[in-house]
Amino acid sequence: MTTVVPGKGPGQGPGQGPGQGPDASGAADRAAVRVTDRAADRPAGGLAERGTDGEPGPETYESAFDAAVAADERIEPRDWMPDAYRATLVRQIAQHAHSEIIGMMPEANWLSRAPSLRRKAILMAKVQDEAGHGLYLYGAAETLGTGRDELLDKLHSGRQKYSSIFNYPTLTWADVGAIGWLVDGAAITNQVPLCRCSYGPYARAMVRICKEESFHQRQGYELLLVLSRGTDAQHAMAQDAIDRWWWPSLMMFGPPDDESAHSAQSMAWKIKRHSNDELRQRFVDICVPQAEALGLTLPDPDLRWNEEAGHWDFGAIDWGEFKAVLKGNGPCNEQRISQRRRAHEDGAWVRDAAAAHARKRQEAASR
Amino acid sequence: MSSDWPLWEVFVRSRRGLSHTHAGSLHAPDAELALRNARDLYTRRSEGISIWVVPSSAVTASSPDEKDPFFEPAADKPYRHPTFYEVPEGVKNL
Repeated sequence: MTTVVPGKGPGQGPGQGPGQGPDASGAADRAAVRVTDRAADRPAGGLAERGTDGEPGPETYESAFDAAVAADERIEPRDWMPDAYRATLVRQIAQHAHSEIIGMMPEANWLSRAPSLRRKAILMAKVQDEAGHGLYLYGAAETLGTGRDELLDKLHSGRQKYSSIFNYPTLTWADVGAIGWLVDGAAITNQVPLCRCSYGPYARAMVRICKEESFHQRQGYELLLVLSRGTDAQHAMAQDAIDRWWWPSLMMFGPPDDESAHSAQSMAWKIKRHSNDELRQRFVDICVPQAEALGLTLPDPDLRWNEEAGHWDFGAIDWGEFKAVLKGNGPCNEQRISQRRRAHEDGAWVRDAAAAHARKRQEAASR
Repeated sequence: MSSDWPLWEVFVRSRRGLSHTHAGSLHAPDAELALRNARDLYTRRSEGISIWVVPSSAVTASSPDEKDPFFEPAADKPYRHPTFYEVPEGVKNL
């Protein structure tokens, strides 16, 4: 059972986000789920952790939280959690959600120019999935007491980030394939362990996302395979796309372990289960044989099988480029964020109209 | 602004014979649009044959703060389970 004691710690708990009533957002998720937390075969122990006066002290909350994390139990929205745990989750989930939404742009760029109806239908379904993934994740972030408008505002003002990979342009149709195979492939490698993340709503969103994500990777791989086996020009186009997307895909796993600012704490909280370098290596090992089957090469002269380690050794990553793109100097940073802002502003009248319509109907119904 | 749109909880029945299960939440201006959005968000791959949407504000939830006392009455009643009872060896269909 979960011994985490909830929401009355100083300044803690649900529904205290700006502009929220008690338990405003996602009340059901915030609460109903808890009933199922209780495994029938575990002894009840929560009461013992309470203070003698019946009111639990802050150290009780903290130790209950630590115990739950240590026991691999899930933390749910109304549970007490350290401020820094909450802030880390909001930052990570928001960045993840923003990445899904911004990630629609490079691919949507090719919707109107897909080479066949089949490819167009597939790409539309994929882009629609990305919107869905963004919404699952915004929903998960909102369970932590941060409103949707605040999240969008922080994206639009650059105070929250999205994955740097989407600051690269999609120059040819083959880029759609490279994104599916490499970018979504890297995302899956990152995301599968997140299905066991200690925060329940995030883990549940990731389960759903991972299920849907594998189609994304496969359609990209198939697209590249068709091009690779096509004319010389098509083959060259596929190779060029891989040459451009390979290194940025490796950067998606984040800085090397010894430079990663948040890694250690996130691993201790079981938000993160594997280190950046570990996941990056896993991804390289997966991709090498897949590239071979495609009949295409990965643009790394240092790529070598290391018999002893049982892994593929790979060349040095240009972290200077990574930092430059992160700082806003990538090829498309400006374009992505201004397009996102414009879409939001242009959609304002639709949101207002829908709200006005709902209000009108409600008034008519109550008359 | 989306903040003006209330939050809805979405429940999906995946197939006949099963109950509706909580799938997640979404923002929508009214119930009708909540239902349509829920279809697009939670059943893109035929995950459901029926959807309920409920305003999140209409959900009354037990407080995790009193979780233990709230559910305690069930904890000391093992006689509610069939395994509590002794049955002589060889007795069948019981």
